[in-house]
Amino acid sequence: MYKYDEIDQAIVDERVAQYRDQTRRYLAGELTDEEFRPLRLQNGLYIQRHAPMLRIAVPYGMLSSRQLHKLGDIAARYDRGYGHFTTRQNLQFNWVKLADTPKILEELAEVEMHALQTSGNCIRNITTDQFAGIAPDEIIDPRAVAEIMRQWSTFHPEFALLPRKFKIAVSGTKQDRAIVQAHDIGLEFYRDSENKMAIKVWVGGGLGRTPILGSVIREHLEWQHVLTYCEAIIRVYNLHGRRDNAYKARIKILVKALGIDEFRKQVEAEWAYLKDSPNTITEAELQRVGQYFTKMPYDTLPAHDASFDSAIASNPAFAAWVKRSVHPHQQAGYRAVTLSLKPHGHAPGDATSEQMHVVADLAEKYSFGELRVSHEQNLILADVKLSDLFSVWEQARAAGLATPNIGLLTDIICCPGGDFCSLANAKSIPIAEAIQQQFDNLDYLHDIGDIELNISGCMNACGHHHIGHIGILGVDKDGSEWYQVTIGGKQGNDASIGTVIGPSFAAEEMPGVVQRLIDVYLQERTDEERFIDTVRRIGVAPFKAHVYAKKEAAHV
Amino acid sequence: MSNLIVGTTIVDDEWTLVKLPILGEETVRKQAGKVVLFKLTGEKSYTEEQIAATTIPARGKILVPLSVWIARRSELQARLAAGDLAIWLDTHEVLADLISAVDDINQLPLIGVHVERFADGRIFSIGNLLRTRYGYKNTLRAFGDVLRDQLFFLKRCGFDSYLIRADRSAEDALASLKDFSQPYQGAVDDKQPVWRRVNRQPASQP
Repeated sequence: MYKYDEIDQAIVDERVAQYRDQTRRYLAGELTDEEFRPLRLQNGLYIQRHAPMLRIAVPYGMLSSRQLHKLGDIAARYDRGYGHFTTRQNLQFNWVKLADTPKILEELAEVEMHALQTSGNCIRNITTDQFAGIAPDEIIDPRAVAEIMRQWSTFHPEFALLPRKFKIAVSGTKQDRAIVQAHDIGLEFYRDSENKMAIKVWVGGGLGRTPILGSVIREHLEWQHVLTYCEAIIRVYNLHGRRDNAYKARIKILVKALGIDEFRKQVEAEWAYLKDSPNTITEAELQRVGQYFTKMPYDTLPAHDASFDSAIASNPAFAAWVKRSVHPHQQAGYRAVTLSLKPHGHAPGDATSEQMHVVADLAEKYSFGELRVSHEQNLILADVKLSDLFSVWEQARAAGLATPNIGLLTDIICCPGGDFCSLANAKSIPIAEAIQQQFDNLDYLHDIGDIELNISGCMNACGHHHIGHIGILGVDKDGSEWYQVTIGGKQGNDASIGTVIGPSFAAEEMPGVVQRLIDVYLQERTDEERFIDTVRRIGVAPFKAHVYAKKEAAHV
Repeated sequence: MSNLIVGTTIVDDEWTLVKLPILGEETVRKQAGKVVLFKLTGEKSYTEEQIAATTIPARGKILVPLSVWIARRSELQARLAAGDLAIWLDTHEVLADLISAVDDINQLPLIGVHVERFADGRIFSIGNLLRTRYGYKNTLRAFGDVLRDQLFFLKRCGFDSYLIRADRSAEDALASLKDFSQPYQGAVDDKQPVWRRVNRQPASQP
């Protein structure tokens, strides 16, 4: 993975110094709350219900063992012994003290980490596929360009104060796993007819209050122009995006207001001036950064491993875990492993300090000292030998990281919600926990099969509820917490936004509602049909009828 | 004491700022943020009455609103020729209107950009366009809600003059011009991104 040189290090060090002084001025009363707000936000610091929340950047989801050890230390010393991995592949601490934040950032800088632009109205952490570089369906590993873009977007002076937050995702696989269509800019890498690296550019997607899938603004962009083309897009947005209403300030609203054709025209007119300007990426720079993302020094291994095969045959628990948590790899004899941060009855995406140290050690021992965070809020060991899988499983299981539920109903994607977040309308973690308890039977979960359930505590949609096969949104009605349910949302190449099934529910009804949705699916499905396929085939109506029929009957 | 920074020093302001008078109740529409609306409807943020009622000092160097310059150009032309006239615009005004309202942008010894709220980042694109698209070479001043924590960005976007908000110290603000020694991306002040500026070698062990 990428390693800092003295230039990268100087930037994070200078930022710590700058932020330390900003915090000092704020605490001394020299900066008002309003003036300090964008400064602290662009350093990842929110003021939350209980304490400030600090969001630390994990660029495109890549972490080293050393970095995760440091995060585990920080969790123990400055927080309450745990952290929360987010849908933007970042890590949040929920219990830090404002006065400690400069010190925390200084410690992070020691391991080449920062909290830059993890919040605020600027270009946010760039996200990608958690299997980048190892996925069998990968066409292009987008991480080198993602790193170049991370650097370019860091303190980009023209885009330091945009109308609203700005999210970019990159993907280079046949099956999109980075939700490029749900981002302000989505970059889909491919090889063009001349076998050169090219990019299909999506713009104006986003979830939040107004969920919209992006439109293609350019089918073919040569990779070296990606920075200047993004500058053209963001400049049009910076100048013309609405700043009078935060709910209408995302680029998707501008794209929709102008229409994609007019928006494209304005962007292309702008790009005519920017194209080939010095921010055009050179071959040399791509090569320099690309050296950090070359293949790992793999051993040459046979495609099969006898010890692994016999462990599968003799140990059903191990076999069940392998079925859900182990993923194919480009390299013979290697697999990727997802460590579940979704044990039943716990806050999805949370990891304790001890778990962070365990995972860091596992990565060190079995996966070249690196790991990834997925936007589904799990941790990935990307390069594990078949012959090591059993050991990894035993150690992960001992640390509570081997729930065999990856991609199943209880692998819930969930924001921190009303327990922590001051933006939330409703709690989300207790809903997730209640659903996990309702479905706490692994055989049954495996029978239900692949399904994605997403929960957001408010319109801001940090839990990506619109693209969950089942989506749950916390809403506020006259000061009490209710939950609106959507079905039929999906991430991927054939992404879709879910449909609301009807009036919202009280918290205690939610496990039953999910149960009834599953009942309809189990009754209606054909062989090999996943939940989402059934919804798409038969439509929302049968689900709606069953959920609300029961509800009305119960009220009689 | 002056609160005006030019380059990296604090200097006295030789320009008199001319503002549109507020007649009656100020409309909410004048607040920043509705360029889309202006573009779609052609609606202006000021009235003919305001322009007509604007008082212009008879002598000295004057910094006048773009709308006043456009409407009262014949009256002001001689001041421009004498080098005593500069123009300012608001971040929600359309830059192309300024460009088409002068024969040569470099006739202006100074252009001011007024930022009503410090968080309004349009000022950065405006500075960038003036310097790169329109080749403006003279003094470019930010004024209004100008605070030290935005100075580094303003500098990188082509501003070289900053009128720090009256209740803050320009002296303190000077330090922020040096917040970062080697920024990543090319911008107006240094067009080369870092990878063209210095020879970056991969760290020893990738």
